[in-house]
Amino acid sequence: MRNADEVSEATWQEGTELPSRTLPAITRTALALYAGGSGDHNPLHIDLDFARNVAKMDDVIGHGMLTMALIGRYLTELVPQRAVRSYSLRFIGMSKVGDRLECTGRVTKLLEKDGQRCAEVELEAKRQGGETLATGTAVVAIGAT
Amino acid sequence: MNAKEYVGRQLSSFTFDVERSQLRLFAKAIGETRNLYLDVDAAKAAGYRDLPAPPTFPFTIGMNPDDQFDMLKAIDVELARVLHGEQSFEYFIPICAGDRVLVKREIVDAYEKRGGALSFFVIGLTYEDARSAQPFCSARQVVVARNPVAKNA
Repeated sequence: MRNADEVSEATWQEGTELPSRTLPAITRTALALYAGGSGDHNPLHIDLDFARNVAKMDDVIGHGMLTMALIGRYLTELVPQRAVRSYSLRFIGMSKVGDRLECTGRVTKLLEKDGQRCAEVELEAKRQGGETLATGTAVVAIGAT
Repeated sequence: MNAKEYVGRQLSSFTFDVERSQLRLFAKAIGETRNLYLDVDAAKAAGYRDLPAPPTFPFTIGMNPDDQFDMLKAIDVELARVLHGEQSFEYFIPICAGDRVLVKREIVDAYEKRGGALSFFVIGLTYEDARSAQPFCSARQVVVARNPVAKNA
């Protein structure tokens, strides 16, 4: 398991690419668990009959917030959660069953926030094949434990 | 009704009790296996008051437990027509199991695109400690509604 020690002081320079990570495929079980754990019971994510007959889609789609949670986990495996000052995401594509998210991050800016040295990190998740599902930004405090 | 007319509307406030069992299920659902998120002693050893809520858990807290899609009623759109466009969080104090969170929600912005075919609603949420009134975090979510007919095209 990665931990904060893997991101050394030298990482915090504009343009540094953070270690990328490809996550296990999104399964129907994962969507069901996420519906239960998150409290988001929108049938579009868990009920194939609803997806096909009501929403007129081929299959269920993944929760956007599951994508955000997975990228969040990627981020907090690089820096401790306590270091994360803000985290935002734009949803671009819908995740599907079987998608394996490739998460990447890049340091885009160093800044100071409330007297604390911080880095702005650009985040992206693509599905296999390269289509972008989400892009976002996090501000993380440097040296927080 | 033009999306703009919804700006400034307050949605109902409510409290949400953060429970260990739900945090553990949430952790499982997002593939989170680190002890810090599952084991109370490990969380305390890491300096948390109890199991910490992962960074996106406030979205869950922000859904009204009595009526999880009441936000959509407030903007007069059905579930099948909405997409989640954007989401952001700003963090002040970690939310942990045992916390009672007071959630306040307001429609802070709204606009239309493509001649009214799409309506965008920006919901601002604040999360504070219901006991001490200290702010935990804040969030903004952009909900996109696909309108069946372009009203103003």
